[in-house]
Amino acid sequence: MTAKFFLLAAVAGIAAPAAAHNAWLLPSTTVLSDTVQSVTVDMGASTAPFEPNHQPLPAENVKVWAPDGSMGKVENASRGRYRSTFDVKIDKPGTWRIGMENNGIGGTFKVNGEPWMVGRRRGPAPAPAPAPGAAPGAPPAGQGMMPPPGAPAGAPGAGGPGAGGSGAGGPAGAPSGRPQIDPSHIVATVDEIPAGATDLALTETVGRNEFFVTAGEPSDALLKPTGKGLEFVPVTLPTDLVSNEPGQFRFLVDGKPAAGLEVEVIPGGRRYKERDQTQKLKTDAQGLLTVNWPGAGFYWLNASLTDEKPSNPKAAKRRMSYTATLEVLAP
Amino acid sequence: MKKSLILAAGVIAAPTAASAGTITVTIPRIAVSEYHVPYLAAWIEPVGGGAARTLAVWYDVDKVGNEPGTKWLADLRTWWRKGGRSLKLPANGVSGATRAPGAHRIPIPANIKPGAYTLHVEAAREDGGRELVSQPLTIPAANGKASGKSELSAIVISAR
Repeated sequence: MTAKFFLLAAVAGIAAPAAAHNAWLLPSTTVLSDTVQSVTVDMGASTAPFEPNHQPLPAENVKVWAPDGSMGKVENASRGRYRSTFDVKIDKPGTWRIGMENNGIGGTFKVNGEPWMVGRRRGPAPAPAPAPGAAPGAPPAGQGMMPPPGAPAGAPGAGGPGAGGSGAGGPAGAPSGRPQIDPSHIVATVDEIPAGATDLALTETVGRNEFFVTAGEPSDALLKPTGKGLEFVPVTLPTDLVSNEPGQFRFLVDGKPAAGLEVEVIPGGRRYKERDQTQKLKTDAQGLLTVNWPGAGFYWLNASLTDEKPSNPKAAKRRMSYTATLEVLAP
Repeated sequence: MKKSLILAAGVIAAPTAASAGTITVTIPRIAVSEYHVPYLAAWIEPVGGGAARTLAVWYDVDKVGNEPGTKWLADLRTWWRKGGRSLKLPANGVSGATRAPGAHRIPIPANIKPGAYTLHVEAAREDGGRELVSQPLTIPAANGKASGKSELSAIVISAR
């Protein structure tokens, strides 16, 4: 029980915004007709996608992949109470990918029977180590998305759906009643695990949360699979979606079709809809997902998958997640 | 109506190449305090599938700077997706300035292969709406007629 809790806490500490709170990116547009414009983007974490009512996310963690393979820039980043914003100059023709990647390992182990963990340290760091998480943009374990201090356990992955847990957005440090590991028993990375550690229960987390922008004609240079982890391979171009035509996307795990993968598709604007139009869909035997859109608008698509093929031999499991914001236009 | 047709026909320079017919698009007069003439695109798509061919696109050709006239071309969103984005603008004999309310002739180029097509006309207006009207078109052109409801009025296909 405690071991499980610690594992969850550690994994969540690495990657999750908050329990049942989903990370989202909301661009001003995804289709541009020239290369002299910018997109402006909101990002945050909240229960319903695109509703800024919980936590901002650090724009410093956003990467911009330009169609020609170069890296673009995040500009004018600012952090509000509930959401961050930033701009990206879309100055090259083709299809861009903009978003966050996270990649880390968290979990627990024992040294001389004492519980230790790999992950984000809660509370003050023991001297002389620098306080992880104190400086934005310098997460301790190379993760893309750091939760706010005190983010509770439960939702690993880049904006993966919450897997349980309660007490969202508590203050820094562990609230009373939460089991706490001695801060001196927390290491930031796997490499710092002391020799002689036993009972390793580590999970690798790999996630991506992104959206696509096309200026002029679309290009597929950035849409080719790499063969690593959980990947989203558009069949319908993600900036070509129209409400009266189904969108089709292939999911791969390590380059092979992710058959039977559950994918959640949630439209924005929940407050203005009589019914929650969340769709829980599954990929077919070829890993192909077909989405029929209930209407035009922005959609938040998420899939996650856990297997036992981590790239780091010290980890036992690999938890992968993929999130995309998709804009669907009226015909 | 007939008079305006003739007027419009007179105003627009006759194409030098022979045409396979004419499409007459009528932009309605809309009584609003802030009226901007619409962006408009007309294109054809082969019925059996295939590349779209743009016959006309009217936009703010001369506007340059931070917000050039091309910025809003994607608002003709169906045209943009079906073929507009692959068209290099300005395109000779295809692109032109926006047109005022009234009837405007678009010649059907003589080099279009005979066959069954769908004609699409899409209009989008600043501070206004957007409308897409589609109708069958055969080449060589036979007479036909369609009509929009808001941003477009009559769309007439004639054999000459």
